[in-house]
Amino acid sequence: MASFGRFIRLAVGACAFLLVIAASAPCIAQQVNPTASSVKEQQLLQELNRIQGRVSIPDQRSGVLEQPAGRDWREFHNVTLRWIGGIAILGIIAVMVIFYLTRGMVRLESGRSGRTIVRFTAFERFVHWMTATCFIVLAISGLNITFGRPLLLPLIGFEAFSEWSQWAKYAHIYLSFPFTIGVVLIFLMWIAGNIPNKVDVDWLKRGGGIVGHDHPPAYRFNAGQKAIYWIVVLGGGAVAVTGYALMFPFYLSGIEGMQLAQVVHSIVAVLFIAAMLAHIYIGTVGMEGAFEAMGTGEVDLNWAREHHSLWVEEEQAKGQAPSGGTPKAMPAE
Amino acid sequence: MARMKFLCDADRCIECNACVTACKNEHEVPWGINRRRVVTINDGKPGERSVSMACMHCTDAPCAAVCPVNCFYTTADGVVLHSKDLCIGCGYCFYACPFGAPQYPKVGNFGSRGKMDKCTFCAGGPEADGSREEYEKYGANRLAEGKLPLCAEMCSTKSLLAGDGEIIAQIYKERVMKRGYGSGAWGWKTAYHETIES
Repeated sequence: MASFGRFIRLAVGACAFLLVIAASAPCIAQQVNPTASSVKEQQLLQELNRIQGRVSIPDQRSGVLEQPAGRDWREFHNVTLRWIGGIAILGIIAVMVIFYLTRGMVRLESGRSGRTIVRFTAFERFVHWMTATCFIVLAISGLNITFGRPLLLPLIGFEAFSEWSQWAKYAHIYLSFPFTIGVVLIFLMWIAGNIPNKVDVDWLKRGGGIVGHDHPPAYRFNAGQKAIYWIVVLGGGAVAVTGYALMFPFYLSGIEGMQLAQVVHSIVAVLFIAAMLAHIYIGTVGMEGAFEAMGTGEVDLNWAREHHSLWVEEEQAKGQAPSGGTPKAMPAE
Repeated sequence: MARMKFLCDADRCIECNACVTACKNEHEVPWGINRRRVVTINDGKPGERSVSMACMHCTDAPCAAVCPVNCFYTTADGVVLHSKDLCIGCGYCFYACPFGAPQYPKVGNFGSRGKMDKCTFCAGGPEADGSREEYEKYGANRLAEGKLPLCAEMCSTKSLLAGDGEIIAQIYKERVMKRGYGSGAWGWKTAYHETIES
């Protein structure tokens, strides 16, 4: 009997021991796998495509641990942008060459009258050329960032290319300020003549400018010039805003904002360059008598009549332009 | 040839920031620039983890791919370095980098970026190994002396590992086997297109 009692005690003791083990089991399991509730890298990346946390150093921006979106931006910068820029710029050059070879310079149909009318004041021309000069430097230095490495670097070598690119970067930064001022002034001083209206619809239908052979009526700015105006104002505004977001890193946005700003900046910029190449073409070799408007500021009266008939009438009504018919009919002055 | 990599065992990192301090001191990194930092995710919540992060010396490095002046190069050990003589401080490598490694000292007007600075895996730059010019531009060249990066060498919990990718992956695998858990090699998939199966 004594041995049976000992057996019972042992059995009860064993049961109690097992019970204690069983009760503490969940607690032990938690210690064994502390990663059960821990943050998972792949899960965080899938949810937000970035991993962000807290840092104890003063630079709070370094709290972004991973942003694989940089790889999309890389793809854009190295592949997409080069295609867009290449097609836009080479495409417009090809169009201009073909157009020039088939159509040639658009001549003044009625010849020169020998009498001129003021088209742009000295201030307007100053603003135009300030903006234009800045634009050319900004365009070349900007294209250098995207196309310099594959095109120019192999020709001149690392040191020379780096030196040139450094100066191009400084020029790009500093000339952005007069360029922006120029865009603002262009917006303000020519806004009155650049609101689209019914005349523009008719002008486009009849193929005005260098495209058709017609001379549809137009006020001071025809539909084509209005398009250039709005490209400069909106495009210039877009590159200025995005450019300053890049120039002052982290003032406006974090890294994702700067990637987006660079994408907008570069796409708008290459399209802007393509549009300005067309503008330069029409203003120089594309059309007889057009350059004088921004050169001396005075255009031939016949040029004004052919391209801006309604504007000439307005000016004559104001008494600011030579009136009357052809110069031959005019009395001696 | 070794392929140098970093691996931060997030289950061991105690966010002491000694790696950050060691790096700054070893290379005399200027004020405002941190080549390495410790990021704590889900701070104060269950499952919080800290990860020490610097340049991961990526395979097919994005910084090198987007650099407009092509100033990056990869050493025989797989370390991604750059030339501060060629760098123009445009900021593109920072947009492309998945780990926020490139830093720019603020020089000149308008917050204009100076020459980029980043972790060199304690391997200096293009100048002669151990030269004064190299030290002034890039910091110490421990690799040339046969030493590994200081941040990992002095990590008190041995959370941060630096060295040949295969060896540190093996060390990590053994740890995971022994203790029975591991939250993975942070950044490896992004940097090296591979991860450590455990």
